[in-house]
Amino acid sequence: MKVKSGSDPDFPRFKAGDRVRVRKAYPLGHIRTPYYIRGHRGVIERFCGVFGNPEELAQMRSGEPRQPLYRVRFLQKDVWPAYRGNPEDVVEVEIFQHWLE
Amino acid sequence: MSEPGKYQPYSYFQLMEVSLRELLVEKGVLTEAQIADAVEDMRQRSPERGAQVVARAWVDPGYKRRLLADGTKACEEIGLDVPALRLVVVENTPQTHNMIVCTLCSCYPRMLLGIPPDWYKSRNYRSRAVSEPRAVLEEFGLSIDKNRTIRVHDSTADMRYLVLPMRPAGTEDWSEERLTSIVTRDCMIGVAVPKLS
Repeated sequence: MKVKSGSDPDFPRFKAGDRVRVRKAYPLGHIRTPYYIRGHRGVIERFCGVFGNPEELAQMRSGEPRQPLYRVRFLQKDVWPAYRGNPEDVVEVEIFQHWLE
Repeated sequence: MSEPGKYQPYSYFQLMEVSLRELLVEKGVLTEAQIADAVEDMRQRSPERGAQVVARAWVDPGYKRRLLADGTKACEEIGLDVPALRLVVVENTPQTHNMIVCTLCSCYPRMLLGIPPDWYKSRNYRSRAVSEPRAVLEEFGLSIDKNRTIRVHDSTADMRYLVLPMRPAGTEDWSEERLTSIVTRDCMIGVAVPKLS
């Protein structure tokens, strides 16, 4: 049986409550990390499971290595400087592990 | 390019759909009957399926806990066939209101709500729901008190979302079936709340 370790891309490196930052990168291709959230800091809301990497799947490849997927919670006032509303309003976005640091 | 005045039976995407469908049939990948069945399946799915889930959660606290813990399993538990659906159910409370968007395309819990409305797919809704949700909700006629927080859920990847609205006061003696009648599609996207008519 395969032993999961920190270097295994399938292995979830984060857990609920961890603080993370979304990579600020602009590669070409089919990217499921929205522009507006790149570079922002948030907190892991939950781990969703491990899924084929959409950037690979969109190229008709296998989707391997698969990527852990998380829901990440961001404060609206951090994402949109002019945000008006409750300062605790949040936006939650699904982000694959290779986009988090 | 289309020539002005010339009869154009199909738009670009319609033509692409017909060509692809005919090729799949010609090459024996699918039959016409399988395609017709799949289309009929999609047409059969309506927000009433989602409303069944919500009404059950309102009348059965144990079911509600299981629904919030694992949305997909809870749908299967009441006999809903939801292939490939990975459902996250988010609960409205006196402190929090939830709303759903897909900023990248139009991901939507079709297995429970059917075909998404056109506004859900519009650039206007998709871009503004994440940046000014309160203004967008006002345009739907829904004013959220400043003391409540809003959680916007951007379904960017493999999960799909359903809002579990709050059960309105005055429905305490209602049957589960009657409760489903006030759970509209928009309530489950989070741009409306159930009302007694």
